[in-house]
Amino acid sequence: MFESITESLNAVFNRLRGRGKLTEANIQEGLKEVRMALLEADVNYRVVKDFVERVTAKAVGREVIESVNPAQQIVKIVHDELIALMGEPSTGLPFRSDGLTVILMAGLQGSGKTTTCAKLAKLVVRRGHRPLLVAADIQRPAAIEQLKTLGKQIDVPVYAEEGGRPPKICQRSLDFALQHNLDTVILDTAGRLHIDQALMDEVRDIAAKTKPSQVYLVSDAMTGQDAVNSAKAFHEQLALDGVILTKLDGDARGGAALSIRAVTGKPIKFIGIGEKLEALEEFHPERMASRILGMGDIISLVEKAQEHVDAKQAEKLREKLLKTKEFDLQDFLDQYQQMKKMGPLKDLLKMIPGLGGAMGGLDGVDEKEFKHLEAIILSMTPQERRNPDLLNGSRRLRIAKGSGTKIQEVNDLLRQFRDMQRMMKDMNKKGNPLGAMLRGRKPGR
Amino acid sequence: MIFGRAFEKIKQGLAKTRESFGKAIHAVLTIGRKLSIEDIDRIEELLLSADIGVEATSRLIEGLKRDYKDKKVEKPDQVLDYLKAELKRQLGAAPPGLTFAPSPPTVVMIAGVNGTGKTTSIAKLTRHFASRDRRVLLAASDTFRAAAIEQLAAWSQRLGVDIVHHRAGADPSAVAYDAVDAAVSRKADLLFVDTAGRLHTKVNLMKELTKIRTVIGKKLPGAPHETLLVLDATVGQNAIAQAKAFHEAAPLTGIVLAKMDGTARGGIVVAIHQTLGLPVKYLGVGEKAFVGALFAS
Repeated sequence: MFESITESLNAVFNRLRGRGKLTEANIQEGLKEVRMALLEADVNYRVVKDFVERVTAKAVGREVIESVNPAQQIVKIVHDELIALMGEPSTGLPFRSDGLTVILMAGLQGSGKTTTCAKLAKLVVRRGHRPLLVAADIQRPAAIEQLKTLGKQIDVPVYAEEGGRPPKICQRSLDFALQHNLDTVILDTAGRLHIDQALMDEVRDIAAKTKPSQVYLVSDAMTGQDAVNSAKAFHEQLALDGVILTKLDGDARGGAALSIRAVTGKPIKFIGIGEKLEALEEFHPERMASRILGMGDIISLVEKAQEHVDAKQAEKLREKLLKTKEFDLQDFLDQYQQMKKMGPLKDLLKMIPGLGGAMGGLDGVDEKEFKHLEAIILSMTPQERRNPDLLNGSRRLRIAKGSGTKIQEVNDLLRQFRDMQRMMKDMNKKGNPLGAMLRGRKPGR
Repeated sequence: MIFGRAFEKIKQGLAKTRESFGKAIHAVLTIGRKLSIEDIDRIEELLLSADIGVEATSRLIEGLKRDYKDKKVEKPDQVLDYLKAELKRQLGAAPPGLTFAPSPPTVVMIAGVNGTGKTTSIAKLTRHFASRDRRVLLAASDTFRAAAIEQLAAWSQRLGVDIVHHRAGADPSAVAYDAVDAAVSRKADLLFVDTAGRLHTKVNLMKELTKIRTVIGKKLPGAPHETLLVLDATVGQNAIAQAKAFHEAAPLTGIVLAKMDGTARGGIVVAIHQTLGLPVKYLGVGEKAFVGALFAS
């Protein structure tokens, strides 16, 4: 499979270029790659067909043909169209100023409703509101216990009943919320097939009895062509307000996002990006477009960094990086520990464009290796960390013993550290974009 | 919306209820009329819509076009026969269902990403075998997800089979170890080991799966006799990456395709078979062959 759509387009055009000037037919050929990429990303084939027709109309023009880099031109057109199709960036959760904000969560079995309900409740708390989780899934064994356990973890009350029908349970939960001075109610309904009319009637009854201000479809990002069928049916029966896409922490391209948007016309509100209950983010169309095209997600990476890295410490580090000599093992450790806060290293690497598609190579990233690095540095004295040149054979042996590693690992670390110092020296030379970024200038796009 | 009208068409075009794939193909082809190249294009779309994937679809279509040119395929019925035969050939002749160990217990490890239907599949398999007088034991090795143990315990009660479990957060390998021990001493015929759902991209969780498998094998040489990957029939192309990663962490023996009662066709199993040679052992509950079910009317 290809690394990214840009590269595969480049390959096509380079091949065609060999035969002289590009023609309209060549561009059409290139657009076949776009079709393939979208299909591989699980965008519904009908959506793809329309999309490609649209892009073709825009791409078959002088501008693209005569441009130095037609691949990039086409990718830009495709990217822009994708963003336009996916609509405006998420506007977050609308809370009602008067009375209860009721959010109904619906979806197929196993799409991740219960976990997402808990994540959403946590987000509601962060927004300064007081949520109630309602266990309206009486179908799946232990679904109620699951929600109760999650509620306890995030310290949010859970309303559940023994026996009773879901529409009544949900109706009564509203009174419970009012009595307990809660302002947001999240209804966790059972997973149901969109063609199971009895269960679809039940969820419609829940909506009729609770008059939710928001109805969300929870959908698995790994869904294939069938995403349009279920989304369409749920939208017809429940009048959705938005979609929450789950399991985006995997490596699925997530073309379902585009398909669902196409058939419902409703925005994707949030995306689930991890097992932790904080791992729910607002949706950004341009990032999703890049992901569908396999282009990595550098914006998310930068944002993540901003969120977790202490600004003052980062500034200190930046200054040190500019004066290569002063960057020592203590800084190395600080840097690593800051990075660790941002989540598993592998997840971070995945966001870097170019690396994104090569998921196979990233499987080798071993968090344990990094733990060893940490242990080794922690076994050094502050003096040794400041001045690694002090580390002679006996000191190294002591460090290896102290950190439970082998002396070879200590040696490896020191070699890597020296390589890094050298790399930074290069980076500080003029004209290096990374160096420019460090010096505080935005690299040109 | 910019695409407004175009997508109205798409919406209208989508079938509301489940109809068989064979029927859908019939709808494309007018019986009695000669096949046209446009018909083949529409068949391509149908194959894509079944999640068979770009590569596997183009292989099928290329073959079809070749036979069309050679006038081997001229009538709609021949198209169906061609597709059926070709898919059957590609998926191999391995019979569906479990392969039992020479002497009991047969240990079956169940794995997959989150929400594919692992626990429910185990419940269905348990009912299937318990009703055929096999003594079944369950191992609750999903100690991670909230109330996963309770979910499996509820099934064990409903189905009247024993369960081995520890507390939430316990080591899943330890649960599996104890369960194999119990399966031997209680003379169980079948042990189903339920594991936590995990995304195949999480290295540590995949290592955990390897460990569970190793521990089972150490306790009972030759076990697990089956390691089944549960796939959600609605899954798209990502299933190939899933199958690869799981196969690497714990060599798989087959696929359970769950949730076949919806409108999804689960065609990705064709591509998975092409890449890894893994057979489909179960479709939902039944021991049915995938191709037969795909074209059933």
